[in-house]
Amino acid sequence: MTATSPPLTSGIGGAGARRRVLTNRLWWGLGGLSLLVIIGPTCWVLAGVFARAAPHWRWSVLTTTGAAGSGGLLNELIGSLVLLLGVAILAGGVGLLTGIYLAEFSTGRVGAELRTASEVLAGIPSIVLGYVGYIAFVVTFGWGFSLLAGLVTLTLLGIPYTAKATELALRQVPTGYREGADALGMPAGHALRRVTLRTALPGISTGILVALAISLGETAPLLYTAGFTSSLPSFHLLHQPIAYLTYAVWTFYNQPSRQAVDLSFDAAVILIVLLVVILVASRLIIGLSQRYSEASRGR
Amino acid sequence: MPRSPRSSSGEGRALPGLVSERGGRSLASRILPAGTGVAAVIPLLGLAFIILVLLLEALPAIPYNGVGFFTHTEFNLGSSYGVMVHTGGVAHPQGAGYGILGWAMGTLLTTAIAGVIAIPVSVLGALAIVFKLPRQASTFAGFFLELLAGIPSVVIGLWGVFTLGPLIGHSEGLLTAGLVLSIMVIPIVASTTRDLFRSVPVLQRDGATALGMTEWEVVRTVTLPWVAAGIVGAAVLGLARALGETMAVAMTIGVVLSASVPSGLFGSFTTVSATIVTQLDSALTDTSGFAVRSLAEAALALAVITLAVNLLARLLVKRVAVTGLPVGRGI
Repeated sequence: MTATSPPLTSGIGGAGARRRVLTNRLWWGLGGLSLLVIIGPTCWVLAGVFARAAPHWRWSVLTTTGAAGSGGLLNELIGSLVLLLGVAILAGGVGLLTGIYLAEFSTGRVGAELRTASEVLAGIPSIVLGYVGYIAFVVTFGWGFSLLAGLVTLTLLGIPYTAKATELALRQVPTGYREGADALGMPAGHALRRVTLRTALPGISTGILVALAISLGETAPLLYTAGFTSSLPSFHLLHQPIAYLTYAVWTFYNQPSRQAVDLSFDAAVILIVLLVVILVASRLIIGLSQRYSEASRGR
Repeated sequence: MPRSPRSSSGEGRALPGLVSERGGRSLASRILPAGTGVAAVIPLLGLAFIILVLLLEALPAIPYNGVGFFTHTEFNLGSSYGVMVHTGGVAHPQGAGYGILGWAMGTLLTTAIAGVIAIPVSVLGALAIVFKLPRQASTFAGFFLELLAGIPSVVIGLWGVFTLGPLIGHSEGLLTAGLVLSIMVIPIVASTTRDLFRSVPVLQRDGATALGMTEWEVVRTVTLPWVAAGIVGAAVLGLARALGETMAVAMTIGVVLSASVPSGLFGSFTTVSATIVTQLDSALTDTSGFAVRSLAEAALALAVITLAVNLLARLLVKRVAVTGLPVGRGI
C-alpha cells in the first residue's frame, strides 16, 4: 500500500483533511455508481425482455405445442420441467451422498482433493460438457438424442452445487446435536437421518434449488444431447429427443418470421418467471428455517 | 443393545458422532462411509471422463494439425466431395486446414473487455453493499446478484441482440459480446468479494477508525489488504467463466470463422466456445469426421485452460475461508 494520503496527524482542520474527506466521498461515490451498474442492467434485461414480450403475449403459448417457430411452447415447458425433475433426483442424490462423505467421513488430503475436483467441475465450460455428452452418450454409447443423454450431462453440471451445499449445511450443524445423539446411544445411521440431516435439510434443499436454477438456464450442454422435438416428452429414456425452453430462445430469435421471434421472447419470459419462483422458494426456505431455529432456541 | 463407550479420539477435525462410530457394530456405520465415498468420487471421475473423451476424439487430429492449430487463423473443412488425402497416416478431406488463433484471440479479447469492466465495478459495488447499505437493502442487493447470476445465458444474449446492440449501433460485434459478458461476470466476482469483505474482523476495522481514519482509508489500509489474495481469486474465477461462456457470446459476436484480426471494437469476430456451439452442426456433415475431431481439439484446449485457471483461482480464494456456495457458473 502506498501512502498517498497525508499523515493522519496533519489532517485536523487543514487542507489535508479536506482532501481526505473529498477522497473518501469520491471513492464511496464510485461505490454507489458501481452498485447502480450492477442493479441497473439486471432491471434493464428483465424490463427489456418483458417489454418486448408483453404486446404479443397470449396464454395459449402455455397450452399448445408447436413446431418450427409457430404454435405454443407447451412441449418445451414440460420438457424443461421433466429435465429439472431428473436433475433434482440425480444431482440431488449424488450431491447429497458426496456432501455427506465430504462433511462426515473424509479427513485430510483425500477430502480436500475430492472437494477441489467437485469445485473445478463446476468451472468446466458448459459447451465442453455438451460436446463430451454428444461424443460419449449420443454417439459412442448409442443413446441418440435423448432424455437420458441430456439428463446425465446436466447432472454432471449440477452435482458440484448440491454437493457443496450439503457439505456446508452439514458442517453448520452444531456439534452439541451430534454429541447429544451420540450420548443417547443412537446408531450412526439413525443419528445421521434423524438429527444431522434433518437439521441440515434447509441448506441441502437450497443447494438443490441452486442446481435447478442453473440447469433451467443452460443451453449448450443440451443442444447436442437432448436434441429437440415439437411433440410432448415421451418419457422414453433413450432415442427420443426432448424439448426445453432455452432451445426455443436460441433457435427462434434470428428466424425471419415475426412469430418465431415472438416465441423466442415468450420462452425467455417463462424462463425468468420460473427462475424467480426457484429463487424466492430458496429464500423462503432459508427465512423460515432461521425463524424456526430462533423460535426453538428462545424456548 | 449395549454399546461400547465412545472411544476418545479427540483429534482435531473429525466431527463427533459418525466418525467415532466407525468401530461400532451397527451396519449403517460400516456401509455409510464406503457408500457415500463412492458418490464422492463421481465428480473426480466426471472430470477425468471429460478430458479422456475429448482426448480420444481429438487424438487423430492432433498430429495433423500440429502446432499450426494454435498459430494459424484459417479454418477450412476442405472439399467434402474430393478424395481423402492421407497425411502422416491420417485421412482428411483435401485442402482441410485448421487453425484457431483467431478464435483464441476473440476469447481473450472478450474476456479482457469483460474483466476491465466487471472487476472494478464488482469490487466497488461489493464494498458499498457491505459497508454502506443498511441490512435490509444489502439483503435486497444480494437477491439482485442471485437473480443476475441466474438469468439464462440465452436471455442475456437476447437482450444483447435486441436492446443493448441497437443502442451501441451493432447487434453483433466484439464490444457487444464483451459488454454482455461483463454483465455475466459481475455477479460471480461481486458475490465472492462481498463474502470476503464480510469476513474481515470488526476489531481491526474499528481500530483503524479509532486512529482517525476516514471510512475509505479503513478500506484501503485494512479491509482490502486483508482479503487481497481472495479478491484476485474472485476476479480469476469470474474471468474463467468469461473464457467458457458460450450462448450469449455466440448470439452477440457474429461468429466469423476464419477471423484473423478483429476489425475494430464493433466488428464481428468469434470465440472458441461460440465457434464450437455454432459449427458442430456443419462439422457433423464432414463425412471424414475430421472437422469434429478438430473441434474436439479446440474444446480440449478450452477445457484444459479453464481447468488451470479455475485451480489457480481456488488456490487463491482458499487462503481466506469462504463459506459461500460455489459460483462457477453463477449464483
